[in-house]
Parts: sequence; structure tokens; C-alpha cells
Amino acid sequence: MNTRYKALQLRALGAVLILILPLAACGGSEQAAREDGGLTGMVTIDGSSTVFPISEAMAEEFQIANPGVRVTVGISGTGGGFKKFCGGETDISDASREIKETEIELCRENGIEPIEIPVSMDGLTVVRNPANDWAACMTVDELKRIWQPGSSITRWNEVRPTWPDEEIKLYGPDTDSGTFDYFTEAIVGEEDASRDDYTASADDNVLVVGVQGDGGSLGYFGFAYYEESADVISAVAVDNGDGCVLPSRESIESGRYAPLSRPMYIYTKAQALAKPQVRAFIDFYLGNATTLVPEVGYVPLSAERYAELAGLLVEN
Amino acid sequence: MNGDRFRPADGRRRRAGAIFKAICLASIAFSILMLLLLLFDVLRDGWHWLSVDFLTRYPSRIPERAGIKSAILGTLWMMGLTALVSFPTGVGAAIYLEEYAPKNWFTRILQTNIANLAGVPSIVYGILGLAIFVRYFALGRSVIAGALTLALLILPVIIIASQEAIKAVPTSLREASYGVGATKWQTIRYHVFPVALPGILTGTILSLSRAIGETAPLIMIGALTFIAFPPRSPMDPFTVLPIQIFNWTAKPQAEFHELAAAAIIVLLVLLLAMNATAIFLRNRYQKRI
Repeated sequence: MNTRYKALQLRALGAVLILILPLAACGGSEQAAREDGGLTGMVTIDGSSTVFPISEAMAEEFQIANPGVRVTVGISGTGGGFKKFCGGETDISDASREIKETEIELCRENGIEPIEIPVSMDGLTVVRNPANDWAACMTVDELKRIWQPGSSITRWNEVRPTWPDEEIKLYGPDTDSGTFDYFTEAIVGEEDASRDDYTASADDNVLVVGVQGDGGSLGYFGFAYYEESADVISAVAVDNGDGCVLPSRESIESGRYAPLSRPMYIYTKAQALAKPQVRAFIDFYLGNATTLVPEVGYVPLSAERYAELAGLLVEN
Repeated sequence: MNGDRFRPADGRRRRAGAIFKAICLASIAFSILMLLLLLFDVLRDGWHWLSVDFLTRYPSRIPERAGIKSAILGTLWMMGLTALVSFPTGVGAAIYLEEYAPKNWFTRILQTNIANLAGVPSIVYGILGLAIFVRYFALGRSVIAGALTLALLILPVIIIASQEAIKAVPTSLREASYGVGATKWQTIRYHVFPVALPGILTGTILSLSRAIGETAPLIMIGALTFIAFPPRSPMDPFTVLPIQIFNWTAKPQAEFHELAAAAIIVLLVLLLAMNATAIFLRNRYQKRI
């Protein structure tokens, strides 16, 4: 009796072990290698999901060039990223806006002095359904009247009387997004001030699908998402007083696409730059931005500007 | 008394039976149809991305170069550690509650709380894990912190499933054991536990199957989105399959949405393997009692 149970038990526990065993197989194999005399250690990055694709591309290429260094990239959002950065948890923080005063203070309490490095440009793109052939261009004031808090505009002819009497359906990023922060600041004039009766989603693909399926819709999100889906949705040119400007790589880089062109940043600190692998990573970032930034759908700064930023970093 | 009070209403009763059967059939058809639709959609999008390379490469910004190695290994580490922590603790708690705990108000309160914990949203466990394991015990954003959090998440289910399995052990078996002079420990060790084991394992593996798909608590405790190396120790940073899937679906390029579908297929296969193991274990050991 006992021996039968014992055998039974052993086999059952063996089955549990089989589930766990694959662990032993992984990890070990790659441990010994990687001592090619190059850099070693970790580079930890966290922050904005908008900047994430750039840092991800950099991390990928950097690790191919420096197999001894391990780079991790998280997406806690710009604010969440700064919390970790100022708490000393990360080396680099991705940000789709400038660091706020309150965040600088938090950093200083922990003896951290943030160093700002702009790495690319993005153009917030206002989009419409292709069936909408009237609102090809809108002024900043019109956008403000639609999006400001308490706005009562629900039909297109309330924006401009010549436009059709059709319902406006609004789509935009949710309030945690750096894109939301920037749009409200640039269009409404006050950060985070927005009407709230619109369809909000943290996933820009949801917004693309929403605008695509709705004739009277209006939405906004990052340029990369517009570029990928330009065959199913149309951009709205924005008139900031100097005529209508459509978002394009050229108009975003030159800043003509105003006020919705925005720079994107990474932040680092002296303590992190003291680590050779972090300094090498940031040098790599600035050195390869002109090729890698456009690859992931963003607009790079000029090559001279990157060289200048790299020079500033050397002094630091 | 009155003969005409009895109405067989044969036709109506049979009709009611037929309608009930139709409703049941419709329910199963609906759930299977939804599942098939989901599977079809995922397979159509993801099938042609599946390859050995896909399993052995690290994530990449270029879809053709992208793979899920770090995510698969992260998931396996996570499941292994979660099982190591939750299985002994869960079974221990269940044995205590069933065999040793006095039947009083305190035990009843414990019992109710365990049942309630099983229904707490997973994000709440994420917040708990962040406060306790990541910050207080200073484990950082590591595999072990994630595994402990997931272990907490599935513990209530393991405890309840194990308790049910222990309860199902026939009293005659215990009495026979005591009858030949076995102590309580011997009875539990040699009779109750082995007989309850298949049920306990089934419960454990099914709850691990739940843990494998969890995203929210792991994002909360700081699992990473891009990571191109496997964890080498429990203290290493990590990512898991559901997070990789989430990351890819959020990208603008359609190719990444297809990659996400391919990763979903891999996750489904893993899940299926775990559930199949559960069924296999149950069938194999249940027969012997």
C-alpha cells in the first residue's frame, strides 16, 4: 500500500518538476561569454510610451554593438518615469514634455540634478475621416473652441457656419498621456484643460479605428500613427495665423507646423553619466538619431544639433 | 382523490424538455463559436509569423527581426517561481485548515476571507506587491518580486481547491488508518495527502494558468517592456508574454499587430499544455483510489 502511494507521489511531484525544469535550462548558457573586453553593466530606462519606440530602437542597436551591456526600457509614462528617475531607480528617463518644477524639486531632494537632452520632434496630428471634405484646415481658435472645457459644440456648423449640420464625434488620448498634456497646453492654452465628453483611449490604434469608422469624427494623436494609417484617415492642416500647414516630416522639423510640433526628450543625471556604459549609450543615442529616429516614425533634429548636444555632454 | 385532477400534460412536459435542451445547446454553441472566432482571427493574423526564429529572437523594432525569447523565458521563470512559492504554501494552508484548525469562529472568519481574496482584482495585488516586495523587502523590479505577487494572487484559489480535494478523501480511509494505530501525521502523510494530490495538482495548475495571462499586476510592480536578455537569476529584471503582446498591439505598424497575434498563439499553446497536464494528472491518479 505504502509503496504504491509513494511511487504515485513521486511521479506526481515529478510532473510538477517538469513544469519547472525548463528554468534550469535557460540563463546558464549565455553566462560565460560576453567578456569581450568591452563595456559591461546595466542601463535602465523608463518613462514616456511616446518616446519608447526611439529608446527601444537605440537599446536594440546598442546591445548589438555592445553585447556586454544590458539595456532595459519600461513605459511608466512621462510622470511615472520621472518618479522612478528622481527616486534614483533609473539612469535615463524618457519624456514627451519638459520636466516640471515639482519634479525637479523631487529630484533635488534626492541629490539628483536632471540633465535634459532633446532627441527628436513629433507633430501632434489632428485627424478627420476621409469622408469629411470640409474641415481640411482649421484654425487654432476653432480647435480651441471645440476642445476647451465646457465646450458645447456638438455639430460641425457650430464651428464654421458654412460647414454641414453634422455631428462631431471626438477622439483623443486619455488624461495620463503626455500627448494630452501637450495638446491641451498648445491648443487650449492651459495644460490638462479639456472637455471630457470625448472617446478617450490610451491606445492610439483605438483612436485610428474610431476616426476611420465615423464620418463626422475628429481626433488627435502622434504623427507616427497618422503616417502609418494615412490611407484610411486624413490630417487636418492647422492655421496658427500664418496660413494652413499640414504636418509632414519637413514642416515638423522646421517648426512651421505650429503650435503642435513638440520636442521629445531623454533626461539623465551626473551619477548615471559617471557609469561608462550609460555615457556610451547616450553618445550612441545622439550619434545614431538621424538614422534611427525616422525609422520608428519620428522626425529627427538636424545632424548639427545632435553633434552640438553630444559636445555639451562631454563638458558635463 | 379526484381522478380528473391528474393531467399528464405529456406534450407540454416534453416540449419544455426540448426547449431546455435547445437553450443548453445554444449556450455551448455560443461559447464555442466565440472561441473559434477568436482562434480563427488570431491564427489568420499570426500564423505566418510563427517560426523557430520567432521563438529564439529578442524583440526588435523591425518586425522581421522580432522574436519573443526574453518574453517566453520571463514567463517560464515567472511560472516556475510562482509554482515553487504558491504550491507548498497553498497546500500547507489547506492541510492546516482541513486537518488541524479548530472549528471555531476564527477559522470561519479565515475561511470567508480566503474566499473573498479569490475575488480581489489583480491590480490590487500589483499595488500590494509594489509596496511589500519591491519597496519594503527591497527586492526591486525583479522576477522574484513578480513571482511572489502572482503567488499571492493565486494562493486563495489553490487553498480552496486543495481544501476541496482533502475534503473529498473518504472518512473510512482516515478511520482505517487511525484504526491500525497510525498517528495524525502518518494518516495525513501516507493516506490523505496522496489521495488528495490529483485534485490539488489540478487546482494548482489551473490557477497557474490564470497567472500566466496576468499583465496588470506585473506592469504595476515594474515588469519591463523592452528587454533583450533572459533573466539569469531571480533578482533580474524581466518581461512576460502578455506584456510583449500588449506592447506590440499598441504600435502603429500593422506588422506588429500580426506579431502580437503570433505571440498570442504561443501563449495559447503554453496554456493548453498546462491545462492538458492538469487533465492528464487527474485522470492518471484518480483511477487508483
